[in-house]
Amino acid sequence: MSLFYVVAFLSIIFALLVIFTKNPVHSVLYLIATFFTFTIHYIILNAQFLAVVNFIVYMGAIMVLFLFVLMLMNLNKDTEPMKSTLLKVVGAIAGGCLLVTLVGSMKTLSSASTTAMDNTGIGLVENLGKVLFSDFLLPFELSSILLLAAMVGAVLLAKRDNKTA
Amino acid sequence: MIDLVWLIPLLPFIGFLINGLGRNILPKPLIGTIASLAVIGSFAISLSIFLTFDAAQPQVIHLFDWINVGSLSIPFAFQIDQLSIMMLLIITGIGSLIHIYSAGYMSHDAGFGKFFAYLNLFVFFMLLLVMGSNYVIMFIGWEGVGLCSYLLIGFWYSNGAYADAAKKAFIMNRIGDLGFLLGVFLIISTFGSVSFTEIFPKAAGMVSGDATLILITILLFIGATGKSAQLPLFTWLPDAMAGPTPVSALIHAATMVTAGIYMIARSNILFALSPVTLDIIAVVGLLTAVVAAFIALTQTDIKKVLAYSTVSQLGYMFLGLGVGAFTGAFFHVLTHAFFKALLFLGAGSVIHAMSNEQDMRNMGGLRKKLPVTFLTMLIGTIAIAGLPPFAGFFSKDEILAHVYEHNKLLWIIGLFGAFLTAAYMFRMMFLTFWGNFRGTEDQKHHLHESPVSMTFPLIVLAILSMVGGFMGVPHALGGHHWLNEYLGPVLAASNNILPALSLEHATEYMLMGLSVGGVIISIIIAYVKYVSKGYVPKEEELQSGINKLSYNKLYLDELYTAIIQKPLDILSTFFFKVVDKSGIDGLVNGLGKVSIEASKTLRLLQTGNVGFYIFAMVIGIVAVLVYSFIII
Amino acid sequence: MENITSTIQAVPLNHYILLSAIIFTIGVIGVLVRRNAIIIFMSVELMLNAVNLLLAAFSSYSGDASGQVFVFFIMALAAAEVAVGLAIIVMVYRNTSSIDINILNRLKW
Repeated sequence: MSLFYVVAFLSIIFALLVIFTKNPVHSVLYLIATFFTFTIHYIILNAQFLAVVNFIVYMGAIMVLFLFVLMLMNLNKDTEPMKSTLLKVVGAIAGGCLLVTLVGSMKTLSSASTTAMDNTGIGLVENLGKVLFSDFLLPFELSSILLLAAMVGAVLLAKRDNKTA
Repeated sequence: MIDLVWLIPLLPFIGFLINGLGRNILPKPLIGTIASLAVIGSFAISLSIFLTFDAAQPQVIHLFDWINVGSLSIPFAFQIDQLSIMMLLIITGIGSLIHIYSAGYMSHDAGFGKFFAYLNLFVFFMLLLVMGSNYVIMFIGWEGVGLCSYLLIGFWYSNGAYADAAKKAFIMNRIGDLGFLLGVFLIISTFGSVSFTEIFPKAAGMVSGDATLILITILLFIGATGKSAQLPLFTWLPDAMAGPTPVSALIHAATMVTAGIYMIARSNILFALSPVTLDIIAVVGLLTAVVAAFIALTQTDIKKVLAYSTVSQLGYMFLGLGVGAFTGAFFHVLTHAFFKALLFLGAGSVIHAMSNEQDMRNMGGLRKKLPVTFLTMLIGTIAIAGLPPFAGFFSKDEILAHVYEHNKLLWIIGLFGAFLTAAYMFRMMFLTFWGNFRGTEDQKHHLHESPVSMTFPLIVLAILSMVGGFMGVPHALGGHHWLNEYLGPVLAASNNILPALSLEHATEYMLMGLSVGGVIISIIIAYVKYVSKGYVPKEEELQSGINKLSYNKLYLDELYTAIIQKPLDILSTFFFKVVDKSGIDGLVNGLGKVSIEASKTLRLLQTGNVGFYIFAMVIGIVAVLVYSFIII
Repeated sequence: MENITSTIQAVPLNHYILLSAIIFTIGVIGVLVRRNAIIIFMSVELMLNAVNLLLAAFSSYSGDASGQVFVFFIMALAAAEVAVGLAIIVMVYRNTSSIDINILNRLKW
């Protein structure tokens, strides 16, 4: 039980570090740490498939992509001009308002179903696979098209235009 | 034979389609023949139905279901009974004669095909009007004849005044039609039906003087005042003389204008139960009769005289309806159709001979040149003046006898109007046919009797005007009033309610003697003035004294202009200049200006700074969340 | 594994919601206060993951696999989004030699 709170605390700390670190490369590294804590959360929730996917896709693929782009642009210095203090305070207050609102809206939820945890193992690969390839077969196939389109789009955007160059 | 009844309106409609579509292709004789044959065919069927029909109950011929809305069902059906048969005979009979006449009269006109197409269409709608078995079909015919009237009055539409006359007729009719329509709606809401055969038995069970019935009948009567040219809506009819003369004869004398009387006679039970409405009808009819006769006294246009005479005679018919003499009024419709069609066609013949001259001051002495026209018109004039044994005498005296029994004062005024009738009609005859010719040399040289196709209808109508009255010889003169018996089944219900005529024979002789004597005196006065003294009205004399009032039609047109048109103009100008231009336009333009100014200011918020946009977005999301989770 | 999951059974669902809300808000604040486009992009990823966590928690607590399938789809979507988004940032950097979003102020009238 205390494991959850420790990991949750770490998640929040790392998330804060992501946005308040000046060096972008450090930010990416903290983000990876945050995602690692998320993976632990997934394991705690018995969502093993998601834990694996999160580990591979987010921490592996996506974060490498971020780092790769940062290296490509040679931005691993504190080159970013920061916003004025006033704007930072205003932004923080706006975010705080959002948090207060979200937490406040939690009160409207009924607290009855808070601890009914099941042990059926729906997050296991076998069970999830069955659902994914029966009920969600069409969205699954469509998502492949999405990924293909994203790939083509990314290549097209990032390609250096020979005519203007 | 009654199964063929649907052919009666269909034949003229087919004629309309052929002539309307082929008006520029078909040769003129063929057009005239098709149109005339269509109406003659209808006449033949009507005649055979007349000869074989002997049912006491109206026969309803159901053609198809037309409108079924909720509990209201309006079938497309024809009703054949004694009343509609008589109307069918008049419409198709006189219609045939006038078609034949028109073939000669219009032979030089460029719009020959169009004219016959309209004429056939008119006959179709008129037949629909009298044959319809419910008020809605009657209304189709009612509107249709109004349309044809408009088209034919404005037949020579290139003349601005004629086109205006057509519009005037149409608009005045529209006022009356609104009343008719409201009446029909009220009938639907009161009786839940529009079919005659369902309404009348229900109405017969109602109390006399029922407020709803009075309202219905007054609305229907308003419709009748428009179509049948009664006060205050009669001013369109004299202007309607702008149309070709056969049109004036058929539509504006013999048939269409009697639609109002037909409609009231058809709904006789409703009116018989509304004594208030009957009184209103009687007074309006009498006023119209006298006012129109007064105006007719000084008119110089031959067709205008006849037009006012028509209005006056229609007034008598309404007077008859108003005192409960439904048979008498309908009798007058029949005889009036004969002699007024005759007079108009005769006038047309005169105008034809005079090369389209209509002013009587330029005529005179025509009786030698146009013997047939003269003789037939003389017969028509005697008939309308009411000298026995011609048609007008019987019908007019029947009405006046009923009026006498109903109210002595109305009778005196009515009798006076009858004398006026004789006076202005003979004035017209004397000015036209006696004395010396006052036209130009060209006209004199051109004078000729009309072709056979024109004189033949005149002769037939003259014979009818002579003998038509014997349909209704009163008991006092040894007859048995065939028409009254024939129409008995239709009018039975209202005859039970209204008191029957209970005059002594001696009283009736006295009434007849009075009217005949007065008429003869009127004729003598007219003779002395216009023949012996050779008086011809001059423009300046017509513009002085009481003549001025009569010659200018009592200034009714000017009065209507002043009290209706001017205020409407002012109101429209007010709405146009103030409400529309500054009010509505100001509002619309103002909205546009406000948006332009507001956008000029608000667009400065669009800094293009993405950070700011995100910030605004977050604020918005917070607001939405607060609203949906915290507040609600 | 079994004993780990059983030990946290007592964690109320509300605490997951709270955690997700906090992570999400941190992402929002990151978007608001930073000017570096890549950091902002990472903040967006943070928000996405906060939602993912919440969906997985709901799914586990209610015993319905659909929530986890949803998370799977979101991850696929995020991968696509990151690919395109980073391509756009590369493009922007190539044209302006900067990834400061304050330079991108042409999005106005």
